Amino acid sequence: MSAAEPAGQTAGPAVSAVAVQDLRIATESTGTPVISEVSFEIARGEIFGVVGESGSGKTTVGLALLGHARRGLRIAGGTVQLGDRDILTLDEDQLRRLRGSLVSYVPQDPASSLNPALRIGTQLREVIEAHGNQPDSGVAERVAEMMREVALPDDRAFLKRYPHELSGGQQQRVGLAMAFANRPRLIVLDEPTTGLDVTTQAHVLSTVRELATLHDVAALYVSHDLAVVATLAERVAVMYAGRVVEIGGAEELFTSAGHPYTRRLVGAIPRLTGGRSLVGIPGHAVSPGRRPPGCSFAPRCTLRIDQCETAMPPLLPVGPGHAVRCIRAEIVLSEAQSRVGDPIDMPAADAAERLPLRLTDVVASYGQNEILHSVSLSLAAHECLALVGESGSGKTTIARAIAGLHRNWTGTIALDGTELPRAARQRSSETRRQIQYIFQNPYGSLNPRQTIGQIVGQPLRVFGTAKGREADRRIADMLERVSLTAAYARRYPDQLSGGERQRVAIARALVCDPTVLICDEVTSALDVSVQAAIVELLGSLQRDLGLSMLFITHNLPLVRSIAQRVAVLSQGNVVELGDTAQVLTDPQQPYTRQLLADTPSLETATSEAMETATSETGASEPPADLAGA
Amino acid sequence: MSQLSSDWVADAQIAPPLPAVHGTSLLRRSLKLWRTRIGLALVGFIVLVAIIGPYLAPYGPNTPVGAPNSDPSSKAVLGTDYLGQDVLSRVLYGGRSILVMAVLATALALVAGVAIGLVAAYSRNALDDTLMRGMDVLMALPSILLALVAVAIVGPHAWVIVVAIALTTTPRIARVARGAAQPIVERDFIAASEAMGVPRWRILSGELLPNTLGPLMVEASLRLTYSIALIAALAYLGLSPNPNGANWGTMINQNQLVLAVQPWGAATPIIVIALLTLGTGLIGDGIARTAAGIDRARGEE
Repeated sequence: MSAAEPAGQTAGPAVSAVAVQDLRIATESTGTPVISEVSFEIARGEIFGVVGESGSGKTTVGLALLGHARRGLRIAGGTVQLGDRDILTLDEDQLRRLRGSLVSYVPQDPASSLNPALRIGTQLREVIEAHGNQPDSGVAERVAEMMREVALPDDRAFLKRYPHELSGGQQQRVGLAMAFANRPRLIVLDEPTTGLDVTTQAHVLSTVRELATLHDVAALYVSHDLAVVATLAERVAVMYAGRVVEIGGAEELFTSAGHPYTRRLVGAIPRLTGGRSLVGIPGHAVSPGRRPPGCSFAPRCTLRIDQCETAMPPLLPVGPGHAVRCIRAEIVLSEAQSRVGDPIDMPAADAAERLPLRLTDVVASYGQNEILHSVSLSLAAHECLALVGESGSGKTTIARAIAGLHRNWTGTIALDGTELPRAARQRSSETRRQIQYIFQNPYGSLNPRQTIGQIVGQPLRVFGTAKGREADRRIADMLERVSLTAAYARRYPDQLSGGERQRVAIARALVCDPTVLICDEVTSALDVSVQAAIVELLGSLQRDLGLSMLFITHNLPLVRSIAQRVAVLSQGNVVELGDTAQVLTDPQQPYTRQLLADTPSLETATSEAMETATSETGASEPPADLAGA
Repeated sequence: MSQLSSDWVADAQIAPPLPAVHGTSLLRRSLKLWRTRIGLALVGFIVLVAIIGPYLAPYGPNTPVGAPNSDPSSKAVLGTDYLGQDVLSRVLYGGRSILVMAVLATALALVAGVAIGLVAAYSRNALDDTLMRGMDVLMALPSILLALVAVAIVGPHAWVIVVAIALTTTPRIARVARGAAQPIVERDFIAASEAMGVPRWRILSGELLPNTLGPLMVEASLRLTYSIALIAALAYLGLSPNPNGANWGTMINQNQLVLAVQPWGAATPIIVIALLTLGTGLIGDGIARTAAGIDRARGEE
């Protein structure tokens, strides 16, 4: 594949494969800066992480490395030096030839990046043939080689499949194979594992690492998930409001960050060891055009001094390869990182007292497929039970069966000892009031045509709890309990952020004083810092209101911060059930151990980050997601 | 570091909200396109003419004002028809009955079609298939044929024409309603209402219907035009409640034979119907383009 890198020799001894210098991106219409002063270098074979919340500009930077600006934006200045040429000076035609050969891109959603109408073999062949440096006879062999590299079967039958016949993990592997196909010099990965299970994610991440090391490719890994970046990248840039606020070694950043924002981000990540309360970040990220003259983070910063608000602080080095954009970096650095978040004192569940909810031998099916095989669980009063498992393990089916939304089940579900009918409609109004459900996606669970007041007031109307003034008062109270204000009642869902919407969903669930609350992956659509705030809120509400809560998640570390007990679900069976601390520190079942091992976390990452790059050669080990296909 | 661990819980403003595709905002956005504005102006003008026309008409619809088929003059601006009646007056009178019947027929079809479409989309079971296959059967019958048969059996009463046209319009509206409702039915706010035990009809009317209004409004406006054309076509074939009354379709029929002698008698109603059809076509197209543009913008996010 030497033909793909004609400039390889002329680049000389330079260690960096890619050098971004003073990248600036602005809106096309008004010229409002969106990205400013972004500079970094990536060496060959290195994985460089870019982290930040939604809207921080991390994806925009990633796309700029391909010479692309999203509609409405334009690249206003700076250079992206790839070998001996500046990508930003190339015209569309040159860029088109460059993309896929010298630089390539792995998008967030594998399903949407593959053409659903073409067999995957055809699509892989196209990638190779598009850059035409392969005789026809060699293409089939190259396709097979690519498949082996990403640990997928290379037989004809598999290549004849369509994208929808592959699991999410397999689709993303095909995406990776296409990205690495022409041995590019630079690969931009934009949150490629966001929609995947931890186990699948672990396999995809190790594939990325292997391929980058093996082929000496510089990789830019964009993610909002610090734990993932910590396990994968050697160096990391933290972005906030379109600027790099801190850049340095991964371990350094996650153990002794110099910027208050980085510290808050790290503090928002749930830890596997020790249940600590999660601390969200106060305030709102500023949008382009409304950024303050001084430090963008100043309005949300607790260490703010007057000087912060007068001028944008420069990115100054605080150590070898470590730079921070904060005038108070020394004060931040002088404190130990681990002091964010207090240990939570979780009340012990009164198991003996009362069991509001009890499931006995529940078997649930979709059509002919049995999804749950004889699941028995019970939820004590004032207890939070976490239900963890990969997608397809049946955890949402359990939740929906309890709420009466999934009817195809047998066995018994009892509320306070009374057996419940299958469908919500057959249950008494009182039962429906007692069991409330919070949905995974706050973008789908609120009626876009109703005001927040109408949405939160709906249970009051349906259950006849309150009317008129009294209803308005309860809605306002509830909105304040979830840290919104009564003024939100007049807004519509599309005027709210994801976190705010989820607070509205929580308010709707709690406005009628339920006894059992079911939370179905309520934070999976949210940013890490928002997730921390939502989990914190749910935890405190659960303790204050004495709720029994079933908290469904695939995020194991999160369990530590909220649940007393945890049930691990695998392929429709509860494989392990016990106290959170016990299950997470001393798992008895191999499945739980594997799940824990695959979970990216800061603890494991910061101790191993430096050695992981070459430790895994597992191309021969069959990936777990093959079994599910 | 104690300063950092304040117990704030407010969260960050994340991704800017997606543009909301509400029915009204869709219409308003589509007004940025010239085609929509022109279409709206055309339709508005002709509907206005049909409504207030009788008050503006210089003569009554059946008043003889001169010799049959006389050319345009100061007395009769568009000349007279085969019976010596004023063409302009008859055109001004001729829209109202068509429009009233078309509005009634469309309204009737809208109520029935939306009810059937939403119930079908919400039921997600055999009822869905039964209803929609029934609609398919209705749709397989050519509209004009159905109306002809109905009128031939019962007689050319206004209500028969209205019902017959509503019958042919219903399945088309039902399809659109079902299509628009299907993705909404899968959203969690419907499940949230179900878990609360909200009655089915409240879910249909309070949750589902408001979220399908956009496409339904477009469809209703298109159906109104087709209804107008259909009523005119029936009148042209001689099937109207009042065979000698002023009616665009009747006028075309009555004056087509003398097209070479006095073209305005047939041409004026033809032009009016053509402009009306063109206008609704442009509106529909403008809205469709706007919706597609929004979809594209969303796809890129």
